[in-house]
Amino acid sequence: MRILDGGLVTTVQDTGRYGHYHIGMPPSGAMDQFAHKVGNWLVGNDESDATLEMTYMGADVEFEDDAVFAVTGADMEPSLENEPIPTWTAVRAEAGDTLSFEFATEGARTYLAVAGGIDIEPVMGSRSTYTLIGIGGHEGRSLEAGDELPTGEPAGDADAMVGTSIDEADRPDYSTNEINVVMGLCDYRLTDEGRQRFLDADWKVSDEADRVGYRFEGPDITDMFEEREQPFGAGTDVTNVVDLGYPVGSIQMAGQPIILMRDAVTGGGYATVGTVVSPDRGALSQCRTHSTVDFNAVDVEEALEIRRERDDRLERIQNSL
Amino acid sequence: MSDRTITRQELPSPRYEYGGDDWVFVELDEAMSFDANFKAQAMTQEIRRNSLEGLIEVAPSNASYLIQFDPGVLHPDELIEELRSLEDEIDVSDYQWEARVFDIPVFYDDPWTHETLMDFRERHQDPDSTDLEYSAEINGFDSVEAFIDHHAGAPHMVTMIGFVPGLPFCFQMVPRDEQIEVPKYEQPRTATPSRAIGFGGAFTAIYPVPGAGGYQLYGRTPVEVLDVDQELSAFEESMVLPNPGDILNFRRIDREEYDSIREAVEDGSYEYNYDRVDFEPQAFFEDPRGYNAKLLEVLE
Repeated sequence: MRILDGGLVTTVQDTGRYGHYHIGMPPSGAMDQFAHKVGNWLVGNDESDATLEMTYMGADVEFEDDAVFAVTGADMEPSLENEPIPTWTAVRAEAGDTLSFEFATEGARTYLAVAGGIDIEPVMGSRSTYTLIGIGGHEGRSLEAGDELPTGEPAGDADAMVGTSIDEADRPDYSTNEINVVMGLCDYRLTDEGRQRFLDADWKVSDEADRVGYRFEGPDITDMFEEREQPFGAGTDVTNVVDLGYPVGSIQMAGQPIILMRDAVTGGGYATVGTVVSPDRGALSQCRTHSTVDFNAVDVEEALEIRRERDDRLERIQNSL
Repeated sequence: MSDRTITRQELPSPRYEYGGDDWVFVELDEAMSFDANFKAQAMTQEIRRNSLEGLIEVAPSNASYLIQFDPGVLHPDELIEELRSLEDEIDVSDYQWEARVFDIPVFYDDPWTHETLMDFRERHQDPDSTDLEYSAEINGFDSVEAFIDHHAGAPHMVTMIGFVPGLPFCFQMVPRDEQIEVPKYEQPRTATPSRAIGFGGAFTAIYPVPGAGGYQLYGRTPVEVLDVDQELSAFEESMVLPNPGDILNFRRIDREEYDSIREAVEDGSYEYNYDRVDFEPQAFFEDPRGYNAKLLEVLE
């Protein structure tokens, strides 16, 4: 597979790199795991095979050999040899064909899964790109024109998958903006009134929203905090705590709320006040810059139920293919 | 001062918190202390040893720790029950671990961090001084020289690795009233040189890669704490140099030594000076100065 144009930001991603958080290594991996997994299943891959994650504006890709592929996630109006092709569907390409994309109209991230997966050497058990220190993926960086990506041998009969699609009803709705959050971690630092204002506010996704974190614009957060004499080692600001680990999906109050995504900084000294439930981290990654997000507080049992519903849906999709 | 000891801290009951559906965060104390950190080290080591099914990440931090798990295998409340019972079994006084003691040469007041901090004066509490001058003054030192002597005068425990891969948070191994404490920048910088030595709250950090940062800047080390390609011999097992629980000894060097070490690091021939010790918290608490001196003997 040859990259003719890298688009805005296109990286190789998979289900993630785990077990290294204690040395500051975030999981990386596809931001929208739902779209990544379904894309892989549509072409007969294992869910952990590597796909391309494209942000806002897709790449132009030339298939050097015959291939079976699927495009999932945000709709970037893909076309193969200038003919529109369906999304969430397995499609055949012939050697020499070019696949291209437009700007996403709804959602922000699109996945390109190819039968056999992107076959590059894993680093610490994953092919995910982590650009900050330049590991994984293709040379640890976003793709550029001229990059050549090898694809693996398809596990089964990929041709038999061509035309396979998933029901409209099972495709995510990327226009939703309700993000479920379990409040906690250090939310004792908020006043009751501050906690309520945090939940009631409309939070706008700022320009600084990437694989590391989503920063939000909204009301001043400083006066949501309880004044106190800071404990030893924390630092002087009301939002400071003794540096601690940040869960992926947690909301750190660093001047503005920042929700940590899959290339998260793994720890630091700002108070974290809650954590987005795991399926909604994918939904959040599809929220566009300048869109408005509404945080909905749920308890841990409700969070587990949201996760079970997502898992059931994925299982149903997998069984239907 | 040889009769000084580390005053033990009584820890409150831990706070167990849910991080969404798949993380549990455990705060051992709101304040930093060796008791809180050693408990976090001991708990996370014990959790790893017990290898509970469904665990994904186990990460100690300064006065807390963090666990990620698969809730399809392990319910968060079951995990918390397990942690509570471990909690009761562990006494850090009896606990010990194998640590590595590293010699970390530092060129204090170096030209690179100086240039950076001057570029960001408007984000600083005291724009008319340098970070070293400001830190020396608010901690009651007569001079920058005396402040540097103090920072390099006793080893530092790696209490947490994080923020970015390989960044050690270090807590100096001295009694509380000798600890340095400084605020972070009023607004974080957008640039920090790699290998910069920073200080915020009660922690020294070494920045592995260039990037944003809010800690006060004191110097730069010529040695790497992150070697992604694992070319230097000390990185054979991991791309990250220290682990939580290791000990760093900052040694003041001049420009000449900085340049010669840097040259060896860049051509891949640099041999880190380090050795393994069995770290015994109780012995350290009773006589930190004597115990530190004994720890540093392995570097000779």
